[in-house]
Amino acid sequence: MNVTSSTVEGITVIEASGSIDSKTASEFERNAIAAIQGKSAAIINLSNVDFLSSAGLRVLLMIYRQIKAQNGKVVLVGTSEEILDIMANTGFLSFFITAETLEEGINTLKAA
Amino acid sequence: MIDNRIDYYPTHEHEGIKFRRGHTLPFGATMVANGVNFSVYSSSATSCTLVLFDRGADQPFAEIPFPDEFRIGNVYSMIVFELDYERLEYGYRMDGPFNPAAGHRFNSSVILSDPYAKVISGRDTWLAKPNWDNVYPYRSRLAFEDFDWEHDHPLETPVEDLVIYEMHVRGFTQHPSSKVKNPGTFSAIRAKIPYLKELGINCIELLPIYEFDEWENSRQSPTTGETLVNYWGYSTVNFFSPKAGYAATGKFGMQVDELKTLIKELHKNGIEVMLDVVFNHTAEGDHRGPTISFRGIDNKTYYMLTPEGYYFNFSGTGNTLNCNNPVVRNMVLDCLRYWASEYHIDGFRFDLAAILGRAQDGSPLSNPPLLESLAYDPILAKCKLVAEAWDAGGLYQVGSFPAYGRWAEWNGKYRDNVRKFLKSDPGEVGGMIQRIMGSPDLYHQRGPTASINFITCHDGFSLYDLFAYNEKHNEANGENNNDGANDNNSWNCGWEGETDDPKINFLRHKQIKNALAILMVSQGIPMVLMGDEVGRTQKGNNNTYCQDNELNWFDWSQLDTNADLYNFARNMINFRRQHPVLRSPTHFQYWDSVGSGYPDISFHGTKAWNCDRSPSSRSFAFLLCGDHAKQGIVKDSMVYVAMNMYWNGLHFELPALPPEKKWYLFANTDMPSPADICENGKESLLDNQHEFLVGARSVVVLIGK
Repeated sequence: MNVTSSTVEGITVIEASGSIDSKTASEFERNAIAAIQGKSAAIINLSNVDFLSSAGLRVLLMIYRQIKAQNGKVVLVGTSEEILDIMANTGFLSFFITAETLEEGINTLKAA
Repeated sequence: MIDNRIDYYPTHEHEGIKFRRGHTLPFGATMVANGVNFSVYSSSATSCTLVLFDRGADQPFAEIPFPDEFRIGNVYSMIVFELDYERLEYGYRMDGPFNPAAGHRFNSSVILSDPYAKVISGRDTWLAKPNWDNVYPYRSRLAFEDFDWEHDHPLETPVEDLVIYEMHVRGFTQHPSSKVKNPGTFSAIRAKIPYLKELGINCIELLPIYEFDEWENSRQSPTTGETLVNYWGYSTVNFFSPKAGYAATGKFGMQVDELKTLIKELHKNGIEVMLDVVFNHTAEGDHRGPTISFRGIDNKTYYMLTPEGYYFNFSGTGNTLNCNNPVVRNMVLDCLRYWASEYHIDGFRFDLAAILGRAQDGSPLSNPPLLESLAYDPILAKCKLVAEAWDAGGLYQVGSFPAYGRWAEWNGKYRDNVRKFLKSDPGEVGGMIQRIMGSPDLYHQRGPTASINFITCHDGFSLYDLFAYNEKHNEANGENNNDGANDNNSWNCGWEGETDDPKINFLRHKQIKNALAILMVSQGIPMVLMGDEVGRTQKGNNNTYCQDNELNWFDWSQLDTNADLYNFARNMINFRRQHPVLRSPTHFQYWDSVGSGYPDISFHGTKAWNCDRSPSSRSFAFLLCGDHAKQGIVKDSMVYVAMNMYWNGLHFELPALPPEKKWYLFANTDMPSPADICENGKESLLDNQHEFLVGARSVVVLIGK
């Protein structure tokens, strides 16, 4: 698992890769939460994430809660079909906006 | 904020695993800072060892004996540090005497599930072939208990307003015709919420969803060659864990979140969730059965034992949970509190609940502590409590179940009375009058809300089969048709099984409509069996506990092929929802307490105000005065229902309405669809306001407005 963050058109983009599970979730959480401090929008690019365990899903929800506290929105980008299905079944998906590409995600947040 | 405490750090080490003294309560495995607190009770073990596995591993990565200093009373507890919450599987070995006559069956070679585990792995995908040599087949796991319920809250629907739909998680959507993404799962029920809403029900009652093993007693069917399994699931492996195989995400261990998401979504749509819970026995069977948990942890605490140390069998399944033992009683209470608070469950239906009123020696108690505890529990205070008020040991308590003002019952007499009336048996009108009124003969003090009215349930014929078979046809179960009840009170309408005869098929559909109409106009709480609204058939099998196939699966194509039934059921259910006079919280009094000029309920026949209750009578009618709805608090129409189960049509004189009102026709089961019923509010004005010809074996519903 690897996490990076950047700013694209003024929006924080967090990009993770690999598996986010109980072994890597805390590192993902640490990096992601640091990157969104005080921010009112975020994009999480999951294009290169192949698995999200319960612990990983919970980090996404923590990011959502922080952004929501600023009345903001979180967009997930490039999420695989399987992860989308897991997130739909477990209810996590309902908290997020999804987009296929980073560009689409940025446009969605700008329009909001 | 306290971010540091002494107990956040270990004091002991064993094979590289760090741990310390734990907290005795709560029982089970609880996530605490830096670790997991384990706590388990055994009255008679001499020592206990915690066994830890990585997810799916063949062998444990550690076994930590509880130091004796960690035992307080009969409770062993410790905190183990640096465990992977998500991948951990844990169990116990208990050492102690093997002396069945004294009630002890300890065996330290067996790794035991925690009775308080919140997740069990091992049967993660329905009917996925297990590893039969697994050293620890049903593994305890941890659950994240941090679900984001947002604003959800149990609905607390007034009990008299419920329309219950009894359903099986897998059976509801497993049929390919369901066209859902994850058939047979909690998630798929969520996808079908629009259907449930349209049908008009506002409570689903799920057949057991506590973890059970569908492979239990699996075998080949002698007639079809199919694998017969434990499909219904009345055989609990663990009371706190949802069935993983019912979750699309069970293979990822996410069944807890999936089930909670379903419940939250049902609540958003005004639908309550009631669980069918089985506290009368466990999956461990009798002395020949497997040791999974309770038997090895504390046999004489958890089971009712004969003086010789064998298992009492009041459940008909090998053992009987010792639920009036104070420790077991607390476990049941902890369990229900957990489901009510952690899962927002709205109510519970207790399988073979008469057992819950038996003492530890099996004798019936007059004031059973468990039932009393449940009735007065602060956390369960708004939950519906429903008893199946009998057991397999011959204790039959319909009408006399210890209720403490809280408990409702599955009204078996309602089922029997209505079935006999529908097949034109003589002598049923007197009983029917009681059933229509919410059975005041049984529940005089407790009110109509004590009566769960049902004609069919999972156990027995489906509604279609009730009118297609005189006899049960259970050969596919492999017990030579000896299993299942014989007193079905069914009538095949002239031919045993499927037929092309249009007259017989019309009559069968009419009888289904008659049954649904009677159920929806009865005071009390109606319960509909999944699929009865579309004429689901079990091909005459009245005990489909082992059939994981089309005998049990809801065939969604029947929404088209039996569209008349669905249309009738939907409108009839919604009629009940629209008319509060059908849902009185208290018994009617037979008199006019609001000054409307009409009693709350009155009975009629072919002559108005004159009801023939004689043994040869097979018809009657009743009138509800809408001014009395909900004890006169709300206004409703007049509702008049005529039921004629005689084999010829009869003219019913209609009771006179107040001058400003007229009679309108809502339903007439004698008419072919779509003239048999209408949408609510679209009732048609009757030409003849004085008399109605009620066809042979037909029900007519009128409103006066």
